[in-house]
Amino acid sequence: MLSVKENLIVDFSADLLKKFAEVVSRYPEGKQKSALLPLLHLVQEEYGWLSVDAMDKVALFLNIQPIEVYEVATFYTMFLLQPQGKYLLEICRTGPCCLVGAERIMQHIENKLGVKEGEVTPDGLFSWRGVECLAACGFGPVLQIGPAYTFYENLTEESVDKLINELKEKAKTEA
Amino acid sequence: MGRKLLLEHIHVPGINTLAVYREKGGYRAVEKALKTMSPDDVLEEVKKSGLRGRGGAGFPTGMKWSFLAKPEGVPRYLVCNGDESEPGTFKDRFLMTHIPHALIEGMIVSSYALGAKTSYIYIRGEMMPQIRIIENAIQEAKAAGLLGKNILGSGYDLEIYVQPGGGAYICGEETALLESLEGKRGNPRIKPPFPAVAGLYGCPTVVNNVESIAAVVPIVNDGGEEYAKIGIERSTGTKLISASGNLVKPGVYEIEMGLPVEEFIYSDEYCGGIANGKKLKAVVAGGSSVPILPANLITKTIQGNPRLMTYESLADGGFVSGTAMGSGGFIAFDEDQCIVRNTWNYTRFYRHESCGQCSPCREGTGWMEKLLYRIETGTGNLEDIDLLWDIQRRIEGNTICPLGDAAAWPVAAAIRHFRDEFEWHIMNPQEAQTRNYGLAQYADPLEPVVS
Ligand SMILES: Cc1cc2nc3c(=O)[nH]c(=O)nc-3n(C[C@H](O)[C@H](O)[C@H](O)COP(=O)(O)O)c2cc1C
Ligand code: SF4
Ligand code: FES
Repeated sequence: MLSVKENLIVDFSADLLKKFAEVVSRYPEGKQKSALLPLLHLVQEEYGWLSVDAMDKVALFLNIQPIEVYEVATFYTMFLLQPQGKYLLEICRTGPCCLVGAERIMQHIENKLGVKEGEVTPDGLFSWRGVECLAACGFGPVLQIGPAYTFYENLTEESVDKLINELKEKAKTEA
Repeated sequence: MGRKLLLEHIHVPGINTLAVYREKGGYRAVEKALKTMSPDDVLEEVKKSGLRGRGGAGFPTGMKWSFLAKPEGVPRYLVCNGDESEPGTFKDRFLMTHIPHALIEGMIVSSYALGAKTSYIYIRGEMMPQIRIIENAIQEAKAAGLLGKNILGSGYDLEIYVQPGGGAYICGEETALLESLEGKRGNPRIKPPFPAVAGLYGCPTVVNNVESIAAVVPIVNDGGEEYAKIGIERSTGTKLISASGNLVKPGVYEIEMGLPVEEFIYSDEYCGGIANGKKLKAVVAGGSSVPILPANLITKTIQGNPRLMTYESLADGGFVSGTAMGSGGFIAFDEDQCIVRNTWNYTRFYRHESCGQCSPCREGTGWMEKLLYRIETGTGNLEDIDLLWDIQRRIEGNTICPLGDAAAWPVAAAIRHFRDEFEWHIMNPQEAQTRNYGLAQYADPLEPVVS
């Protein structure tokens, strides 16, 4: 359960609302609901996840019912309905990547971070989960990190360690 | 060296930019089509080319376009399918990353042929870097007068927008994709009506794969007849194959239709053989949904003829001893791979991706996953194999969309060709936890399993 403090009350910035308006202009008059997925991506990019409050505001903006937003946000796996670590490592767990060691890499990430799939490390920096085929099967094992969805291909235990250390350093300089 | 129509300039530095793409002859097709051809002329060339949909079903593109309804005063749409989520398939991502303008150019010419004034490119949301690349290419094209109002003074107006998905394999199915583009859950629609009559916003719509649309460019440039000279029978032109698994050189290759499968796997021009000096055990030739074949049946048909990379040759023998071209996702398994574990993994994937509308698909994929997990982890029994067979048969053909079939076929084929291995798992539960069944006789010619 989320505490009240975590369930942040969202006030969209003028900048974000400007982006919303540009997206809506891509569709015919009256078809603004088409903007829903792109808008949810923008909100998630800004806040790291989708709070109920944020989804309600998106509904208001698009002039649709909140339930129309919830049913979409829960259908698509990319939308995060709970806060995650600062870096969410999403590793492909599908067949072709498993032929080249994805399961081993997932086990390694679990050991290295010391948290189970879906959990956040105590310092709040990392969480991880398995995702389905990322259309990079020839370069597996692969993982991605949002919100830019940067790809890391041909993973080995060493390259994963290196990546995690780099992210820790990066977080320090940003703190 | 096979002819390259899509990836000819892949190694030219800067080919992702408009300037270099044009230097290499890019956007000639737009000039030619908009200035010298009518929309129907373009359609005629696509028909002559014999191009078949590269998204998986292989439906003739020209025929699909000719079905598009054209009522007065109603907009028509072209929607490009860049959802690319079929396990083993990564050609569209590759094309969009490296030669984005090939897709934009194809979109302009195809939209012109169909009379679309607004077109959408739906790209899976995880491909955010590719979404940025394509958006950037659209901006470049627009600044150069190749998009927008009155393109190249032809009087034709076109806007192209990119739409991100949200991470759902089912949105690759064309009607689920349209639902998603309308801002809804990706639930496939019951057909008819087909999108050609009632698609996006209820208007006539064509949905085509990224590679199909890019292929229209060389067809317009050189003419449909020229394109049709490449290949064999009804498999014309070139095809992008994304090769993964235990290969020396996995990656995306453009092949001429008709290339022998054996050459594709073993020659240095393509995959360079099986990695780490191991032997080939099996291949899934067209993305995870098509039947898996043991090594002996992928390189030769049941009659002993060399199997070729064409729609017809890959399908030779039907599902008893053949497979399908599908999306061109070519997955190679070496002797150390476990067929049971792989089948369980695929089934878990389909259960996870089922939209849940039809009970055979929603429930059947879950049951199959549980049974396969049981067999894989050493607690299965022999009747489970027959039960699996029974469940997959009841899914196939009984669902709204083909995801149900796509979930059933891999299970059927794995049992058909590798039943020994399932039985071995069940009879030797302990041993199966520590070592794989291995190659057995599968790499050598073996008598066909008739079912
Ligand atoms: C479950 C499912 C997933 C699909 N995924 C894709 C996909 O990712 N990309 C694609 O182009 N076609 C996909 N298809 C096929 C599309 O429904 C459609 O046939 C195709 O986009 C048509 O384009 P084409 O004629 O150019 O191949 C999928 C079909 C099904 C049933
Ligand atoms: S077959 Fe499966 S994915 Fe397709 S509509 Fe039915 S439940 Fe949904
Ligand atoms: S299976 Fe991992 S990217 Fe396709």
